[in-house]
Order: sequence, then structure tokens, then C-alpha cells
Amino acid sequence: MSNAKDNQGTLWEVFIQSKSGLPYKHAGSLHASDKELAIQAARDTYTRRNEGTSIWVVPAECIVASNPNDQEELFDPMNDKVYRHPTFYVMPEGAKHI
Amino acid sequence: MNQQEALYQYTLRLGDNALILGHRLSEWTSKAPLLEEDLALGNLALDLLGQANSLLEYAGKTEGKGRSQDDLAYKRAEREFLNNLLVELPNGDFGFTIVRQFLYSTFALFLYEELSKSKDEQIAAIAAKSLKEIKYHVRHSSDWMLRLGDGTEESHNRVQKSLNDIWMYTGELFEMNEVDAILIKAGIAADLNAIKQKWSSKIEEVLSQATLKRPQDAFMQTGSRKGIHTEYLGFILAEMQYLPRAYPTAKW
Repeated sequence: MSNAKDNQGTLWEVFIQSKSGLPYKHAGSLHASDKELAIQAARDTYTRRNEGTSIWVVPAECIVASNPNDQEELFDPMNDKVYRHPTFYVMPEGAKHI
Repeated sequence: MNQQEALYQYTLRLGDNALILGHRLSEWTSKAPLLEEDLALGNLALDLLGQANSLLEYAGKTEGKGRSQDDLAYKRAEREFLNNLLVELPNGDFGFTIVRQFLYSTFALFLYEELSKSKDEQIAAIAAKSLKEIKYHVRHSSDWMLRLGDGTEESHNRVQKSLNDIWMYTGELFEMNEVDAILIKAGIAADLNAIKQKWSSKIEEVLSQATLKRPQDAFMQTGSRKGIHTEYLGFILAEMQYLPRAYPTAKW
């Protein structure tokens, strides 16, 4: 993928916060030549329908990702540890965002 | 001319500028140099169309003959349009479109800042709402001016040429006539001489950052205040008005 040549500039990953206080969520990616234009392109591409109040853009090459081949050793040990899930508690009435 | 007629014409000017430039920008859809820019130009076009919608609706009400914004957009002839010549110029290359946008949006920014203080409440409200959009248009087009002007030799030469070609259409933005005199007196319209000074210094600031030369003020085109246009407006209207004229009862 990194060998693919194009003239559209750097690849950026876009994260949108839909409401103040909520986490930023990955919305997608885009091409732009620099950070100012990346923010503007993110605004025009991903927030046209009122999706967000704040944007992060990150150069895609700055994101360090886990290797899909390591999936077993990284994630499988969690499969049989049911006590790590907070399912043994009674949910308080009226609690939101849990 | 009474104040109501002056307000009608003034609102048409504002509305027609937004309508025609919005139409021009919509022509980029699917053809912009980058996917992201395709969406950006489409967004600007929709912002302008929204402004045109509010302004032409108000113009229709001011006129008092029961014409809707659609009637005004689709059923007027070329000579009845009061938009500036600048906004009807064909898109050219991307650099030309950016220069045109930068010159117009900067003008609109200072004009609408003043109009948001207008004594006509409706004009003030539309101006205040549009201003948020226009600020973004100025930012987007100025950022591109810097990148193209101070970019490669090719991009620099192209925007400089566009700027030189467009410059003779900028004088007309600031022309004033009886309409302005009546409405300035009433505290409704803005004095375009004052706007011109702000516009000039902002334009010069961005151009010098972008390593571009401000063209000399020489021969300036004129005509739109009297409904006299370039040869291009007729073609825009032919495309824009074809459907409602051919199928007057069409709904979608």
C-alpha cells in the first residue's frame, strides 16, 4: 500500500467528536497536502451532516497498528476470563453511557 | 425610486451573486482535481444556494407582487439579473476558480459584516447567518491562494495569470448608484467605498504572503448594475432555467 504512487498528498486518518465530552471516533481517511487543508477536507468530507463538533486529523503513517498475525497471542487469552467483565453488578437505574 | 424599490434591487444583487456563483461552483461536481476538493466546492455551492434562497425569497416579498424565490431564479431574463460580472465568469482551471472565490468571498465577508448591523432586520439576520459560511469560504480560498501562489512554478504562474485576467472585473463590485444612496441614508445598505478599503488591504496581505503580484488598477469592466452582462450569463441561465421553463409544473 505504501508503494502506491499518487499525487494527492499525504493520507490522513480522521477522528470526529460528536459531542463535547464523548470520545473521538474514527470516521475515515482522506488525502491532503498539509494539516490545515486536512482539517478543512475533514470538515467538508465528514461533518457535512452535523456529525461533529471537533476534529482530529492524524497522518496515517503515524498510526502504529497491531499486526493481525499476532491476534492469537494478543487477544485470545482474554476469552476465558469472564470475571473481567462487569456483568456481576446490578446496573444502577438511570445510568447512561455504560 | 422609493425605498421599497431600492431594497428590492439591492436584495436581488446580493441574491443573484450567491445564486450565480453557487451555480458556477456546482459545475465542478465530479470534476475537481481531488475528491476532497470536489466535496469542498460542492459545499461552498450549497452554502451559496442557501443564501440565494433566503435573499431571493426576501426580494420577492419586498417587491410585493407575489413572486417566490423560484420565480425570481427561474423566470427572469438575463437583463433582469443584477449579479456582478465576476461571479458569472467561467470556472477556468482550479486556480482560476480559487482566485475568483477568494476575491468574491473577501468582498462578501466585509460587506456582510456591515450588513449584519443593517437597520433592516431581515437583511441583518440573513447577513449574520451567512457570515459564518463566508468566513469559511475566505479561509478555504485564502489557504489555497497561499499554496498555489507559493507552490510550484506552474501553480504560481497559473494563479498569477488568473489574477491578472480577473482583475478588471473587481472594480464593479464597489460601484454604487441611486439604490445605494437611498439605502445608505436609511441605514440599510453598506458604503462600498469603506468595504473597498478593507477588501484591498486583505487582498494585498494574502497576495504578498502568496508571493503574488497585485495587478495594477487599469480598465475595469462594468455593466451589472444595469443588467448588462458578459456573454456567459445567458449560457448559465439556459442550463439553470431549462427545466422549470420547459416543465413549469414539475415538482421534485
